[in-house]
Amino acid sequence: MPVGDEWDTRIASALALLRRRLTGEYEVDEFGFDRELTDEVIYPALRVLYRHWFRVEVFNVEHVPAAGSALVVANHAGTLPVDSLMLSLAVHDEHPAHRHLRLLGADLVFRTPIVSEISRKLGSTLACHPDAERLLGAGELVGVFPEGFKGVGKPYWQRYRLQRFGRGGFVSAALKTKAPIVPVAIVGAEEIYPLLGNIKPLARLLGTPYFPVTPTFPWLGPLGAVPLPSKWLIEFGEPIDPTPWVDRADDPMVVFNLTDQVREVIQTTLHRLLARRPDPFGD
Amino acid sequence: MRTVVVTGVGRYLGARVAVRLARDPNVGRVIGVDAAHALDVAAGGDVLDDLTGVEVVRADLRAAEVASVIADAGADTVVHLAVVTSPEAVGGRAAMKDLNIIGTMQLLAACQQAPTVRKLVVRSSTAAYGASFRDPAVFTEDTEPREVPRGGFARDILDIEGYVRGFCRRRPDVMATVLRFVPFVGRHADTRLTRYFSQPVVPTVLGRDPRLQFVHVDDALEVLHRSVTEDHPGTYNVAGPGVLLLSQAIRRAGRVAVPVPEFGLAAAATLIPGFSYDQVDLFVHGRVVDVSRLIGEYRFTPRPTAEAFDEFARAHRLDALLPPDRVRAAEATLRDSIRLLRLGGQWARRRVSEARADQVREA
Repeated sequence: MPVGDEWDTRIASALALLRRRLTGEYEVDEFGFDRELTDEVIYPALRVLYRHWFRVEVFNVEHVPAAGSALVVANHAGTLPVDSLMLSLAVHDEHPAHRHLRLLGADLVFRTPIVSEISRKLGSTLACHPDAERLLGAGELVGVFPEGFKGVGKPYWQRYRLQRFGRGGFVSAALKTKAPIVPVAIVGAEEIYPLLGNIKPLARLLGTPYFPVTPTFPWLGPLGAVPLPSKWLIEFGEPIDPTPWVDRADDPMVVFNLTDQVREVIQTTLHRLLARRPDPFGD
Repeated sequence: MRTVVVTGVGRYLGARVAVRLARDPNVGRVIGVDAAHALDVAAGGDVLDDLTGVEVVRADLRAAEVASVIADAGADTVVHLAVVTSPEAVGGRAAMKDLNIIGTMQLLAACQQAPTVRKLVVRSSTAAYGASFRDPAVFTEDTEPREVPRGGFARDILDIEGYVRGFCRRRPDVMATVLRFVPFVGRHADTRLTRYFSQPVVPTVLGRDPRLQFVHVDDALEVLHRSVTEDHPGTYNVAGPGVLLLSQAIRRAGRVAVPVPEFGLAAAATLIPGFSYDQVDLFVHGRVVDVSRLIGEYRFTPRPTAEAFDEFARAHRLDALLPPDRVRAAEATLRDSIRLLRLGGQWARRRVSEARADQVREA
């Protein structure tokens, strides 16, 4: 057996990965999360975008607990939900515990072929009470975008203006499972595909919430899918401890108040981050 | 001593359950019921060869004769396994629906008239939950289906469970156990799903990778047996813990997946006999159930889905295109040849630089 160098080990582990993928010798959890595929294939690809294209800067990631359940709540923007991927990578790469963020997605995600397959393998699941509570109950870190399509599909001139936070379902899920809520503000996603218009008949035809018109799409065809290289800032806020209200998870007033509190924190943080980033495409 | 009536003994599951009960010293008589036709077919195979200890009665469940079987025997336990899962086994969807619906109705009517009956065990299926993109990732026994599933088998299952609930209301003294099984696998299990995975090239749905669960036939038999000999009233999911993705299962079986667009499958579901929406929806959305209630109540854990499937795959690996051991051998060959090439390159480079040094020295 010849003494191998670093490249021998790398080649051997790459071949072993390929063999495991080909023979199905890997594990997925009950939600379909494929940890190996995520860590070895998808995250490395996204990392290029994260580091060199969007130059993501992360603040206060230590607010995410190192173990146990927590609900990460963030603003949503950018026409395509690239922010969910960047947020997952921020949590995984910058946090010392390298935790995986389990995202909750709209049913459109799970209706669409290919997208649904990749989302499940990345650890996402449908945004519904049973799934959210099951993940939180198992001590997972769950990510949610309460604005949904209203946030991701808002026109460019409404950028960084938080939309309505749905029915506050995420708050009651956190209350029921006693999970702390970590508010997150993401700056940078609004500029990647500035949404100038929406061709409603095409959207209706395709069954999507909107058909985007951006400065590059659909004019440049597939080139329009290249996101603009905006500068991203992600700040994690102080966790909100739900313990005082856990026995009142069904009280709509408690849920609305907490929802508003989370929303307020994210909106304030967004304004502060924007002041730090005068040029959306600067360094 | 118990007297047990088992329906569907003309098929593998029913026969195995009946024989096992007959061998149990705590069980007195075991009476196996099935239609004459099913028993004749079974006699041609090897299912009936060792129905020793089982009193076989030829009776059509859809006729009222089953009532006299239960009454004459004074049966205290009825195990209903004559649930047909696929139309091709009985000659069409109409016959399948007839057997499932009318058969169950007649059997439950017979049970209702028999005061001796104290326990009812029903084979159901997780198809009762349906499969759609709006469903939660994991079904517990309390999850209601969002809408009536479009698959024929799933609709039958919902009806059967509905009749059982109605029966329990009318006979509250009868303890009912409803077992919702995921598809069976095992060395000998011959189901539509095992046939699917036995093909060298396996069609899948383009852009979908459903999560699947299996239960080993032996574990299913154990749960059914305990349902008779022990008391476990209620509804239970029966599945091997854990999940396999369809792509993963195909790879573990050494098969090759051929993705087909979804609309093509939907067309096939309406055109090809024996292929239905039950399969299309399962292969698009997948289905995973929670088994903690079963494990807690029965103090029994079925072997994990992956283990059960691997056992089946090992038994069917003869004509696989990509057997795992061959992939492993290819990996070793590739790794060693790359290492040899690189070593050779290093050696050559060293020789060249030595030769250069020699030249310099000579000069």
